[in-house]
Amino acid sequence: MRLILKLLLVAVLLAPAAGYWLTRPDRVDPEAFAGLTPDVARGETLYYAGGCASCHAAPEAEGEAKLVLAGGHRLESDFGTFVAPNISPDPEHGIGAWSALDLANAMLRGVSPEGRHYYPSFPYTSYIHMSAQDIVDLKAFLDTLPASDTPNAAHDLAFPFTLRRGIGLWKALYLEDDYVLANAATDTVVRGRYLVEGPGHCAECHTPRDAFGGLDRSAWMTGAPNPSGRGSIPAIDPANLSWSESEIAYYLETGFTPDFDSAGGHMARVVENTSQLPEEDRQAIAAYLKALP
Amino acid sequence: MKRFALTLAAATMVAAPAMAQDFSAELKARQGQFRIMALNLGVLGGMAQGKIEYDAEAAQEAADTLVAVSMISQTPHWPEGSDNFSIDGTRAMPAIWENTDDFLAKWSDYGEAALVMQEAAGTGAEAIGPALRQVGGTCSSCHDDYREPQ
Ligand code: HEC
Ligand code: HEC
Ligand code: HEC
Repeated sequence: MRLILKLLLVAVLLAPAAGYWLTRPDRVDPEAFAGLTPDVARGETLYYAGGCASCHAAPEAEGEAKLVLAGGHRLESDFGTFVAPNISPDPEHGIGAWSALDLANAMLRGVSPEGRHYYPSFPYTSYIHMSAQDIVDLKAFLDTLPASDTPNAAHDLAFPFTLRRGIGLWKALYLEDDYVLANAATDTVVRGRYLVEGPGHCAECHTPRDAFGGLDRSAWMTGAPNPSGRGSIPAIDPANLSWSESEIAYYLETGFTPDFDSAGGHMARVVENTSQLPEEDRQAIAAYLKALP
Repeated sequence: MKRFALTLAAATMVAAPAMAQDFSAELKARQGQFRIMALNLGVLGGMAQGKIEYDAEAAQEAADTLVAVSMISQTPHWPEGSDNFSIDGTRAMPAIWENTDDFLAKWSDYGEAALVMQEAAGTGAEAIGPALRQVGGTCSSCHDDYREPQ
């Protein structure tokens, strides 16, 4: 399967005309961002909902130091190791010089200010569900965080994954803005769907991937192998997770399972973020998980 | 099956395959100590959430038990070679033996949080919640680095 992907990428590189159409970076409409006033407090909630620190804080940072988004965290995947960049407000090494529109193109389209594709290890396939107002608020909050002048480290990837061009093709296959749970019955489930499928990017870990590294939407939240190491990431769809809504919400607040084991692995970091959300949001996430087929 | 295939692969690559030692006593002891902690947290958590009626004496006993477990010497529980790459039946990651000082520091963080709970538990149901969060933070922070998902 990996071979097919390589052949496909090579084909795209060798057929510039057809390739260009498929791999050209697509951008957000600047009109949608005109005249929006940032709300820093809302941006803070989105920051925790989006779990930016889980990847962008320095790997060993604890407590207050987690607010310094200096980068350096290594993410292992089938394609190689990605190193999260510095997104602190430093104008040179971070994203302090970026506009909200730049951040929107990065988070909603996976495109850098220079027009390069980002790798989907940056979970923009989930962030695509966020609104223009969300990005403006989030940018305002990010600007309040401490700056760091840590330079970015290079990713450690194997050819042909070093070629960003091919990501355009990948995006044509996998960057979708429709929700997996098409029908949300209540406002609570609508909010939960936004939080889980959008900023919370829960599926990035809890849903298996196909041979090209795209999420298998037909096996939504049914668990996946652990990308870094042994064991697996548990299924959290109703068929597999018997916890009640309040038990799920309590886990997202405290990390305690119903039998008072305590969350580990990458979920411990997710809980550090979900514990900062308002209680209604944790309940909305739980209601969404229970509403899945 | 996957583990078997991996073991086989490892066995064919390494010239002299190491014999897996029997660590069943150590695994029972360390996993059992965590179960004791979880059970007693369950009593305190139930009271904090209002699922169990608050009882100062029972809360104090549970908190005292958490402190007591934190004083158990960890040395005999974690013999070299009892990680989840070497043997079955454990989720303990090899990183424990690479960063033993940090692992033990995280265990003493748990002990300190248990002392906070010991002060709070007898004073009322409302006092349990914040102490519980503190204890829980120390559990997760160790599981984050040293315990593999199931
Ligand atoms: C799962 C890990 C992960 C999470 C969570 C994550 N990112 Fe990233 N992010 C990355 C990776 C990896 C890259 C680098 C992608 C590349 O080089 O193609 C990146 C790149 C970026 C960039 C581009 C930086 C540059 O210098 O070009 C921005 C901006 C960014 N992320 C913002 C955010 C924000 C804001 C959040 C939270 C809402 C967030 N990220 C959450 C992994 C993550
Ligand atoms: C210093 C590190 C550390 C701390 C602190 C810690 N744990 Fe653990 N815990 C582990 C490791 C490592 C394992 C895996 C042990 C194994 O599988 O051999 C584990 C396993 C467990 C298990 C599963 C036991 C079993 O039956 O296999 C439970 C339950 C548990 N921990 C609960 C807790 C709770 C609750 C706390 C906090 C009150 C806590 N742990 C604090 C490291 C820690
Ligand atoms: C970075 C990867 C990652 C992300 C993102 C993630 N999870 Fe998890 N999740 C895990 C892992 C790993 C575990 C297993 C934890 C353990 O070993 O204690 C887990 C466990 C869980 C469990 C407990 C299941 C069980 O049977 O023990 C729930 C519920 C859960 N996650 C919900 C969520 C929700 C909701 C989100 C989004 C807000 C989310 N997760 C995002 C990795 C992740």
